[in-house]
Amino acid sequence: MALKTEEMVLNMGPQHPSTHGVLRLELQLEGEIIKDVIPHIGYLHRCFEKHSEAMTYPQVIPYTDRMDYLASMYNEFGYALAMERLMGIEVPERVEYIRVIMGELQRIASHLVALGTYGADIGAFTPFLFCFRDRERILHLFEITCGARLLYNYIWIGGLSNDLHPDFIRLTKEFIKDFKPNLKELNDLLSFNAIFIERTADVGILPLETAINYGVTGPNLRASGMKWDLRKDDPYSVYNKFDYEIPVGSGEKGKIGDCWDRYFIRVREMEESLKIIEQAIEQIPDGDVKSAIPKRVKPPEGQIYTRVENPRGELGYFIISDGSLNPSRVKVRAPSFVTMQVFPELCKGFMVADVVAILGSIDIVLGEIDR
Amino acid sequence: MKTSEEILNILKDKFGDSIIELKSDKPIDSFVLAAPLEVDKICMFLRDNSDLQFDSLMNLSGVDDANGEKVKDNKGTETINGGTLSVWYHLESTKLKHKFTLKVSTERAKPEVTSVTEIWKCADWHEREAYDMYGIIFLNHPDLRRILMPYDWEHGYPLRKDYRNPEFYQGMKVPY
Repeated sequence: MALKTEEMVLNMGPQHPSTHGVLRLELQLEGEIIKDVIPHIGYLHRCFEKHSEAMTYPQVIPYTDRMDYLASMYNEFGYALAMERLMGIEVPERVEYIRVIMGELQRIASHLVALGTYGADIGAFTPFLFCFRDRERILHLFEITCGARLLYNYIWIGGLSNDLHPDFIRLTKEFIKDFKPNLKELNDLLSFNAIFIERTADVGILPLETAINYGVTGPNLRASGMKWDLRKDDPYSVYNKFDYEIPVGSGEKGKIGDCWDRYFIRVREMEESLKIIEQAIEQIPDGDVKSAIPKRVKPPEGQIYTRVENPRGELGYFIISDGSLNPSRVKVRAPSFVTMQVFPELCKGFMVADVVAILGSIDIVLGEIDR
Repeated sequence: MKTSEEILNILKDKFGDSIIELKSDKPIDSFVLAAPLEVDKICMFLRDNSDLQFDSLMNLSGVDDANGEKVKDNKGTETINGGTLSVWYHLESTKLKHKFTLKVSTERAKPEVTSVTEIWKCADWHEREAYDMYGIIFLNHPDLRRILMPYDWEHGYPLRKDYRNPEFYQGMKVPY
């Protein structure tokens, strides 16, 4: 007797631990093979954009924190940068340096969560604890700087809410010294672990042409083999003063643009971020971090689109000002929102268990997808 | 690498009247205003022309211009009649490293724009979001459903300037 086969629909989420938040995936299966995936989003929708229309410009900053809650510093950075360009504010050099240091620390913290939870999704629990241990030290650095571990309201339009804590430089140097061996340990434990490679190499391959057409940016695009980083390709702040590399996926363990490439690009980016922080700490000038903060934020009529290289890719702010104290429109081009569209393409033809591996490798944050 | 003026001239030669004008008087970003029902052809040209090669759509954003007549009824609820809704396209060429901004405006009473999903797949969810938030209809879009709001939301489009919260949603009082 022949086995009866039929297509099946399986719901994954919204309350599934490896969807990293509240994402519902409608899997269309033939046996265990994925035929199609339909993502359903919006479970975390707070309509940040409507809120900001009722706020003054500086009041929007705490809302930007709550979009990508793993990279809040960078969200503020992008918003402040857009407003400064719209208003034509020159920021003191010390402020720029501190922003870069905070931004890169945030990148490391964000990648540590991404890598740790990725390991946990696939079944390696120890690296998860190691990553969170190191991230905790970065969060401590943020806490002594501005009083908050996750949602900072630290980078303001034209400046910063506080100068650095007197211990900050010393503690950061200690962190870098301790973190470098930990990175090697992470590589030994997870990156070059045979079981991990078996689960991730040659899975969920993203070809470069598809990636560009779908607007994929950040580590996911670089893993597909394109040397594209806004810190170099559309420079902002003081990033052009530092010496660092842009890691690109090479297909070392499988094909270019597979899950392992996307994973390992983040490990290498953390090393580059450490380089930037080390140089910035050496070069940081003196100055007043509050001197350029405008008393009243009232930009001229006009619109601007500004983007920064967030840990997840291109974070863009499109701001329209009608000349009043409130923004007329704030649209956020969230990297996770755009990257999530390509997810069904990555999954087709793979197994149900690979969905978890692929979803973890593109590193989404639902707070940013739904805003 | 080309400036907005040079790109505008190329487009004017090709499309004539559907390119309306270049605006560069406002600070920072200059942009080109185009006809809403021709935008797919213009974008296809922008992507495929060898001098332009706009292979990436950075951002697509719906905007309520709120430039119509504001009418208050006897309860004090304000609605906007007439005027326009707009869609902004921020394009970029990763090969030639230039950027370009395109804007189309469409009637608020019947907001229709042709979809660019065929050209950049990335536009799919951006257009669904603009539909969800502003009610802009993207013609030829393969799957124009709500994306962030619930699928059964029937109380209008939240980011329009004259949007009012409903009193009840599925039997629950909304301003709780």
